[in-house]
Amino acid sequence: MSIQVARPGLLTTVQDLGRYGEQHLGVCPGGAMDTVALTLANALVGNPIHEAALEITIIGPELRFEQVTLIALCGAEFHGDFPWNRPVLVPPGTRLSIGRAARGARAYLAVAGGIDVEPVLGSRSTFLPGHFGGLDGRALRRGDELPLLGDAAELSQERFGALKNTDGRTVRWSAPTPTLPDREPILMHAIEGQHFAAFDSGSQRAFFDAVWRIAPESNRMGFRLVGPALARTESDEILSGPTALGTVQVPASGAPIALMADHQTTGGYPRIAEIAYADVPRLAQLAPGGTVHFAKCGLDMAVELRKDLKGRLDAVLQSIAWEFGN
Amino acid sequence: MAKLRPLGTAPLGDLAAYVEFSRTLDLEVNEMVQRLAVAVQRRGVPWVRDVVPALGGLALHFHESFQGNPLQFAAELVNECIKHGLPAAKEFERMISVPVCYDPELAPDLAEVAQLLKISAEEVVQRHIAAEYRVLMIGFAPGHAYMGSPDAKLPVPRRATPRTQVPGGSVAIANDQTVVYPYAIAGGWSVIGRTPLVVFDAARVRPSLFEPGDRVRFRPIPRQEFDRMAEPL
Repeated sequence: MSIQVARPGLLTTVQDLGRYGEQHLGVCPGGAMDTVALTLANALVGNPIHEAALEITIIGPELRFEQVTLIALCGAEFHGDFPWNRPVLVPPGTRLSIGRAARGARAYLAVAGGIDVEPVLGSRSTFLPGHFGGLDGRALRRGDELPLLGDAAELSQERFGALKNTDGRTVRWSAPTPTLPDREPILMHAIEGQHFAAFDSGSQRAFFDAVWRIAPESNRMGFRLVGPALARTESDEILSGPTALGTVQVPASGAPIALMADHQTTGGYPRIAEIAYADVPRLAQLAPGGTVHFAKCGLDMAVELRKDLKGRLDAVLQSIAWEFGN
Repeated sequence: MAKLRPLGTAPLGDLAAYVEFSRTLDLEVNEMVQRLAVAVQRRGVPWVRDVVPALGGLALHFHESFQGNPLQFAAELVNECIKHGLPAAKEFERMISVPVCYDPELAPDLAEVAQLLKISAEEVVQRHIAAEYRVLMIGFAPGHAYMGSPDAKLPVPRRATPRTQVPGGSVAIANDQTVVYPYAIAGGWSVIGRTPLVVFDAARVRPSLFEPGDRVRFRPIPRQEFDRMAEPL
């Protein structure tokens, strides 16, 4: 079984929750930019949360389903006539055309059983710079066939049949969208990075005072931020060190870069701040031109935000599981 | 053993911590960090999903469900490993011989490096193959190894303008270190040769040709041998 790609969209890739255990070899975790939306999309079709789905970026694809398939679209809202944030049983021969993003930047399309590409180093995520993972290590192209499980049609029927509150080919309820921006600038909690004190006091203040704009040359590796130039009191080179998802580093140009899913595992630029893990999925919903403001927080608060998000997500996952009769 | 005391621990987000031992490149400290990384890995702590030895310290990345204080946990884990004694480097280091073709056609910066150091191109190659290097850190790209040696005598700075596309396998130097580019990528180091070996292949059992701590020697090969060995992609 497969899904046919009639139009690939701007950047549509296969992503799951990422690959771990290889960062000492320079392999970043990668995976979905908005892990919350991917998790919900998987849950809505009855999948384990780490299954592979499509990450759709800013301009959506057109897909053709040859057999009956249970799917769910979560995350950013795109133009197009399709029920969002809920399980939908699409009949054979369906052409699904997803337009432009209306709110947010990235949506996730999950199918019952997941996208069945070969895992590479423990994950089905596409790593574009290294040309591996996902579908041949690249974004979708017109004419591609996305492999599904051999029994995806039966699985789809069975799971849809188990749902309690159905209404035609979908359900009477929808999942929440906790990562969509409701107003801009969006607010990110950030803790001081290792080199925060090395920046001059004006730059320290500016980082937390400014409204930063996402630059056009941003991608899955990092978001370049446009705003006041940041400078250190001394311009000596620092020893290359490790980085993580959400690390904000400042190259000599003074324009910060927030590291996203496909970031390099080490870097030689000073790290001014570290964005709270719980907030990164919301940052992933900004397209170039979107704006963000950083609020200073302590490490303990960042840990609390993560626990809080997990608690809220677990509650939603539980109620979705209940709808499936589990 | 004074060097075994961390300078401090810095947060990398709220799910990882960097235990720092040196702010400048110290080959002895670097080797100790790699032994420490192996010690931490051998403990098999379920919360720890990535152990990354860097040039001057060790990064620990935790599982999403970890709810403790990452700084405190990392510092305690590292101190405990140091207290129990670190494995000897001999237990994990491998010897790797890397064939390199120094043909000017594959080494666009060789002449410039020679000029900069006021020696012949042959002497640059001689110095490069004379030293035994060690993999200090892998980063920047999958399999991209930073290699250093106490005997490296090629102190050229990074290029003022990076090359936009350096072919995979290119062997490049800067500041007495050597890197080998895993695939075509933009790079700011001076390219002095190319290896026909595939540096990183995600489908291999050992995807990365280099691993932290490996000892590396470069072996000169003629152009014909390079062409024979270079795998068609």
